[in-house]
Amino acid sequence: MPVFYGTEIASPLMLGTAQYRSPTILAEAFRASAAGIATVSLRREAGGGQAFLRLIEALGVRLLPNTAGCHSVKEAVTTAQMARELLGTDWIKLEVIGHADLLSPDVFALVEAARELTGQGFKVFPYCTEDLSVCERLLAAGCQVLMPWGAPIGSGLGLNNPHGLKALRATFPDVPLVIDAGIGLPSHAAAAMELGFDAILLNTAVAKAGDPVMMACAMAQAAEAGKAAHRADPMEPREMATPSTPVIGKAFLS
Amino acid sequence: MVDGVTVGAKGQAITVLGAGVMGLASATELASRGHAVALVDPALGPGEQGCSWWAGGMLAPWCEFENAEEPVLRHGRTAIDWWERHAGGVTRAGTLVLTLGRDRRELHRFARRTKGYEEIGGNRLAEMEGDLAGRFDRALFFPSEAHLDPRAVMARLLARLAERGVSLTAELPDDPGRIIDCRGLSARDILPELRGVRGEMLVLRCPEVKLARPVRLLHPRVPIYLVPRGDGVYMLGATMIESDRIGAVTARSVLELLSAAYALHPAFGEAEILELGADARPAFPDNLPRIGRIGDRLYANGLYRHGYLLAPAVALQIADHIDTGEKPEFWHETEN
Repeated sequence: MPVFYGTEIASPLMLGTAQYRSPTILAEAFRASAAGIATVSLRREAGGGQAFLRLIEALGVRLLPNTAGCHSVKEAVTTAQMARELLGTDWIKLEVIGHADLLSPDVFALVEAARELTGQGFKVFPYCTEDLSVCERLLAAGCQVLMPWGAPIGSGLGLNNPHGLKALRATFPDVPLVIDAGIGLPSHAAAAMELGFDAILLNTAVAKAGDPVMMACAMAQAAEAGKAAHRADPMEPREMATPSTPVIGKAFLS
Repeated sequence: MVDGVTVGAKGQAITVLGAGVMGLASATELASRGHAVALVDPALGPGEQGCSWWAGGMLAPWCEFENAEEPVLRHGRTAIDWWERHAGGVTRAGTLVLTLGRDRRELHRFARRTKGYEEIGGNRLAEMEGDLAGRFDRALFFPSEAHLDPRAVMARLLARLAERGVSLTAELPDDPGRIIDCRGLSARDILPELRGVRGEMLVLRCPEVKLARPVRLLHPRVPIYLVPRGDGVYMLGATMIESDRIGAVTARSVLELLSAAYALHPAFGEAEILELGADARPAFPDNLPRIGRIGDRLYANGLYRHGYLLAPAVALQIADHIDTGEKPEFWHETEN
């Protein structure tokens, strides 16, 4: 099971808490899927969202506040500080958005904000790209987890660059890696885990499904299946057929 | 006997707390059944202090069903006739649902999740809403939906209640009889599970654009709706933010709402902004209404974004409960 900053989490599935039809459906999705971590956005809800936060806290899972919607180092750092005060956790999912249409990370500001926040004692979960040098810099800035995107937030496109993600896994075999954003289907979740990632984080794919509870369960099962497949050491694909049944003794000269 | 009052008795003394949409609908339904109703509201009537004041007034059960539970559709369907009977002024012109080109898939998803619509093309749309001609080539039309002007219908309910001899006072009378608490978010003192969901809206005057019916513009991040109030006036709403802050509208929300309106029709860029409004909707965790009892008072609350759509059904259930003692569908058993 994934270990983040020394804390083991009982599930590879992390779920966001936005966009559900109701807090009741959200809670059922968590219960049914046994997701281990709930991310929560503080930016818009700040200063009046306490009732909603209490409902999220009542889920009984580890909370990971995020800095969603922040576009600068200063905004992100302020939001992180607010989150720490409000929720009493030094975990922070660091998002610094660079481009409004793709909601892609501003990797330069991200590294700067990560350095600042780890200096202030935060345990930073950076939402980043799969770029190796960006990831190296985030680790150098004190991050002990990396959260590369699979595809743009809310797009449901899956893993856009599986080769890059594979290279990331191979380059940092001991760093907990989480696919954050882009997962639309359980097959995407399984694919991420088959690559050896430690966890997946998603929101829209569950919250906006017709039946969010059923979809949350499907995602949890797929993540478990992908994880098991990775540990089982899958076969290498090959281009020619290999018979799975021995042909000796069969009347093969028909 | 329930709470010292004979169940089923006509002409019971009943005090309704709160003159928002839930209180007015309850008072109306009870008074029309022959009960002696009194209304209590510290503001002495509907106004800016209540979220009913800022509502869109769409009676759109099929559209809402896209993202709501089944009772919202089943009960919401009865709202249109109730409002026509008790307040009048309901416009039955349906609802149009549109998307901008690149969000076309949102229209498919919306269609898949609900019913009661016709898929129409650009020509039909142009016949219905001439000002949208050439701007959209596809839409969903919900012919059975309707809309009303929230402030106007609340004023009419209040006037008709006054004609029936229903008093309106700021303070609870000495002998209130049975109390029905319809105070919305103010009832958090007795309903700790109630939370606020912030909504922000604008009122625009844009005589250049003539729309006969509510238009919803789907967008993955910022879905908006415009409800015509007549004379070129439109209500533009509404944000949904998990916060009970009732402060001024934020710049970001105005930007999002107005840019969506501008995308619907560029003439909205020239609109006059008549009002900016923000309030918090009362909601329970499942975003469905509840009727229940705390101590010796009944309450009806948690109508969320469905005040005008569900107040009639909740009022009917409250009145049936008073008349028969039976537990209504929206009944919530108080723990402890």
